[in-house]
Amino acid sequence: MPQQLADIDKVFKALADPGRRRLLDLLHQDNGQTLSALCVHMDMTRQAVTQHLQQLEAANLVAVVWQGREKLHYLNPVPLHEISERWIGKFERSRLGALRDLKRRLEGHDDDNKT
Amino acid sequence: MTTKPDFVYVSYIATTPEKVWQAFVDTDVMRKYWVGPTAQCARVNVSDWKPGSRWEHQRADGTCTVDIVGTVIESDPPRRLVYSWARPSDAEDESKHSRVSIDIEPHIDGLVRLTVTHRDLERDPQMLAGISGGWPMVLSNLKTLLETGRVLPRLVPAA
Repeated sequence: MPQQLADIDKVFKALADPGRRRLLDLLHQDNGQTLSALCVHMDMTRQAVTQHLQQLEAANLVAVVWQGREKLHYLNPVPLHEISERWIGKFERSRLGALRDLKRRLEGHDDDNKT
Repeated sequence: MTTKPDFVYVSYIATTPEKVWQAFVDTDVMRKYWVGPTAQCARVNVSDWKPGSRWEHQRADGTCTVDIVGTVIESDPPRRLVYSWARPSDAEDESKHSRVSIDIEPHIDGLVRLTVTHRDLERDPQMLAGISGGWPMVLSNLKTLLETGRVLPRLVPAA
């Protein structure tokens, strides 16, 4: 469990930076780009882009594949999906549950709340 | 000759390579986690998983409807599984087949690094759109199942 928490921390920290989110958007548009290709669209030094990519890779949001001598970067949406399941899905379910309970009460189907 | 992958999905799972392998070849495990964003029921991949054998992606709702077919290209338990991927109507037309590689590597701290690579999808653009939402959900479900033993609430066992 601590391992999982640490992983989620890394994902949220990686997503907290606009430059790193921009890199993910660029990979979403065109998956499997080299560092040089990504740098064309980034208003920062090559070194800064490299560091951002390393952080994204450490958070498992970017997966790297070597194709010959080219290092290609891929958007890896799996951790995002885990966050969505663990956080967003969870809250959505309880909200849907609350709506269902409210509807039941208003329509008078819930025997416990009949007065 | 290798083409550039279209998608690369990576998941780190606290389990053993053998259990990950089993999750990709054993239909009893698959029906507990293999569900995509639009699927009404779980799916299972049916084959004897020997190189050259056919495999089928079937609905686990009792109808056994086949949505995807292919041929097992490589099978090296519990490390690597490669198969082709096609619509049943394109089964005989290999020029339309894409290719899935599943790589299972031991990682540090009792973790397994699972990589799913899907390539040659440009041969069927509609398939590209269809699978891009599917794999992340399947891998995320698999991680939940192997790490917690929990089956997702919306996955009601059908048959």
